[in-house]
Amino acid sequence: MDLFFQQVLNGLTLGGVYCLVALGLTLVYGVLHVPNFAHGAFYMAGAFVSFHLMTAWGWPYWLAMLGSAACVALLAVLAERLVFHPLRHASPLHPMIAAIGVLLFLEAAAQAIWGADFQRMQSPYTGIVDLAGVTAPVQRLLIIGAAFALVVIVHLFLTRTVTGSTIVAMAQTREGAALVGINANRVAMLTFALSGVLAAVAATLYAPINLVYPAMGHLVITKAFVIIILGGMGSVPGAIAGGLIIGLAESFGAFYVSDHYKDIIAFTLLVVILSLRPQGLFPNAAR
Amino acid sequence: MMRLNAKLGWIMLLVLGLVFPFLAGNDYHLTVMSTAYIYVLATLGLNLVTGYTGQYNLAHAGFMAVGAYTVGILTVDYQVPFWIAFVLAGPVAALLGFFIGIVSLRLKGHYFSIFTLCVGYILFLVIEKWESLTHGTVGIIGIPAPSPIGPLTFDSPRALYYLVFFFLVVGLWVMHRIVSSLLGRTFMAIRNGDDLAESLGINLMRNKLLAFMLSVFYAGLAGGLYAGFVRFLGPGIAGVEHTFDMTMYMLVGGIGTLLGPVLGGLTVPWITQTLQWLQEYRFLVFGPILVLLVIFVPHGIVGSFIAWRARKAAQPHGSGHA
Amino acid sequence: MLEVRNLGKRFGGLAAVSDVSTKIETGKVNAIIGPNGAGKTTFFNLLSGVQKPTSGQILLQGRDITGLRADQIAVLGVSRTFQTTVLFNQASVLDNLIVGHRLRTKSGLLDVLIGSSRLKREEQICRDKAHAALEFVGLEKIATRLAADISQEERKRVAFALALATDPQLVLLDEPAGGVNPEETEGLAELIRKMVANGITVCLIEHKMNMIMSLADRIMVLNYGEKIAEGTPAEIRANPAVIDAYLGSEHAGV
Ligand SMILES: Nc1ncnc2c1ncn2[C@@H]1O[C@H](COP(=O)(O)OP(=O)(O)OP(=O)(O)O)[C@@H](O)[C@H]1O
Ligand SMILES: [Mg+2]
Repeated sequence: MDLFFQQVLNGLTLGGVYCLVALGLTLVYGVLHVPNFAHGAFYMAGAFVSFHLMTAWGWPYWLAMLGSAACVALLAVLAERLVFHPLRHASPLHPMIAAIGVLLFLEAAAQAIWGADFQRMQSPYTGIVDLAGVTAPVQRLLIIGAAFALVVIVHLFLTRTVTGSTIVAMAQTREGAALVGINANRVAMLTFALSGVLAAVAATLYAPINLVYPAMGHLVITKAFVIIILGGMGSVPGAIAGGLIIGLAESFGAFYVSDHYKDIIAFTLLVVILSLRPQGLFPNAAR
Repeated sequence: MMRLNAKLGWIMLLVLGLVFPFLAGNDYHLTVMSTAYIYVLATLGLNLVTGYTGQYNLAHAGFMAVGAYTVGILTVDYQVPFWIAFVLAGPVAALLGFFIGIVSLRLKGHYFSIFTLCVGYILFLVIEKWESLTHGTVGIIGIPAPSPIGPLTFDSPRALYYLVFFFLVVGLWVMHRIVSSLLGRTFMAIRNGDDLAESLGINLMRNKLLAFMLSVFYAGLAGGLYAGFVRFLGPGIAGVEHTFDMTMYMLVGGIGTLLGPVLGGLTVPWITQTLQWLQEYRFLVFGPILVLLVIFVPHGIVGSFIAWRARKAAQPHGSGHA
Repeated sequence: MLEVRNLGKRFGGLAAVSDVSTKIETGKVNAIIGPNGAGKTTFFNLLSGVQKPTSGQILLQGRDITGLRADQIAVLGVSRTFQTTVLFNQASVLDNLIVGHRLRTKSGLLDVLIGSSRLKREEQICRDKAHAALEFVGLEKIATRLAADISQEERKRVAFALALATDPQLVLLDEPAGGVNPEETEGLAELIRKMVANGITVCLIEHKMNMIMSLADRIMVLNYGEKIAEGTPAEIRANPAVIDAYLGSEHAGV
């Protein structure tokens, strides 16, 4: 039974990180209407900036996280202005390829600055607590706590503020947003900034129990895609539910099926689901 | 007149390709060129499904790996003669493409791309993890060189160069046949818009599936050549970066044109070869180039040229049949 | 030509088309009008198989075609244009049209690989069809022009030509005169008459009342997905429900 809860804990950790990444991705999808392949690079950049601020400049963990969130938000806004905005009327193939260009550039830049090696990020929280037989590293609890706190904050922001509901309105129907006279440019930039913040925070939370390297965004972003397809592209609750489902599926799969193949689980799940239901799990949420 | 020019251009390229080994300073250049040809061949396939049919397949490198591993596994672990294994490379990839296509091609636009991205990862992870079949991260070592066919032997870089060149020429010629035929027009109609194409009586599923299978057949064939040429395989060749590389070749040269992938696939590797420092950080330069191309020259070198020429031809004084 | 029985289409909670029964009569100009969002395009999508109806039946010359795919319906002789005309801008007008007759050809991959005589013959047929269609719509002179460089009205005509190249019996035109000026509209109306004179049945959606009233033999009015009236232009003009829902006071005298 303890082992079971251990997996729940691991699943929630993963799920929390996935939720944050998928949330940003799904919001940006609402604005961009193409998959932003560069989102994984934002995640990677978030980890590296935090790492740099902590090691080279000696910033404390939380401050580094804030700094990194600001940097990546800026990066995301720049990408929106310079790359995606000029392509908003192009055929869908072109922004998709442009996003890949951004991704490749950011990865090469990270490699040029920090090298291709795997780096380890130190977290101030190295302790382990014992919760009724389940050993829980503090960092993991932190991830779960912080990720879900952030999800709640974002959710409140999206539902309770005018700016937030505008983003949701745009994610759901672009035309609808135009009808109520929303300044699409401002919303687009804001959405990108928000997605950058979420990616940077997710990366900084997760990095201490993982590694930091230029290609670290690949798997995470691909899984985030799986999540937002499961949850419906553009749907906020879908991204959260999907993130948890994939996180738990992976942690249980790794334990009860095969640790070796755990990364395949999410993709296989997607392939199976899309094979059976080409419109996704929640087709109506997608609009 | 126009057609004559095009023909002349192709013949010149052919001659250049034939005499290249005599101009090349050393074997290294031959190797670089042969590798480029192999990737051009694969890019021709990607261009068919993406450039001509409008379905961006992010698992293309995965299919190339399937072809390569078909040759690698059969020759090394099962002692199948090279050419028999080689003949199977394309069909195995196409067969896999059939099953993946049936499922994924029902999905529209970017859903298809995301799906294939996942398929690419699955292929990569399977190759990396299924050690008993693929030798995992160790890779497959000691793939035999293509065995002699009659008097033709393939043990020198020059001979291998001509072998690869031969397949590239055949691949290009067949691709030319396809894209300039009614079939190619059918694919292009799909790229232009699913709904319109379907309203013109085009069976979307059947045609997309055909384009997809042809496309991954090219990838598999290129993979088979790669196995015989490099003679060592690791999971890396299935990596999505290679699909990105091919995307760039396609875009630099001109997406949805016949010459585009050739031009892009030859110039980009040569530029990276020449600028050694670029090797590792090539995307520092090519990432922004990709973005700039997409924004400012979305049809690439060849595409822009063709449009310019067509415009010129349509002007009243120069009217005639292109 | 075509009979529709109790046709309905729901998107989630929204009934875009509900319980519409009507007939499209052979050799006539059949028009559909209605306010924005009335379900006209959706109705066309159902007829042409782009979307599947959630209820009801569609009969083409007595044959039930409900649920067939769009390409199958096109092969049976129903062809359509879209509200916005998407052409491949990087190719010539003629090149855009050649694929129009593809559905009447049989050449496949094998023909392409061996360069069969069937393929050559069929390519010639498609080319001839494209030329004939261009000539029909009066654009033969711009055959080699790049599609990117032609005017909005020329685009509309090319879209007609594309529909005609499929050898249709019934053509569905979605706002054929959308975005073109009054003189050009008259030209397009003339072209539609010419199509009917050549034995093609036409069904069109249009907002331009002048055009509809002079062109249509029969008009069906949709509002909120429902058929609220049907009849000759004179009957429609006099129908109080239509005036209420759509024509409004300022249009009533048109
Ligand atoms: N794919 C879809 N999913 C959900 N709702 C749809 C879809 N297509 C159309 N609708 C809705 O169905 C209704 C009818 O739309 P339709 O496009 O058929 O109207 P229309 O009469 O052609 O309007 P217009 O004159 O503006 O072209 C609208 O409310 C529209 O928002
Ligand atoms: Mg409409």
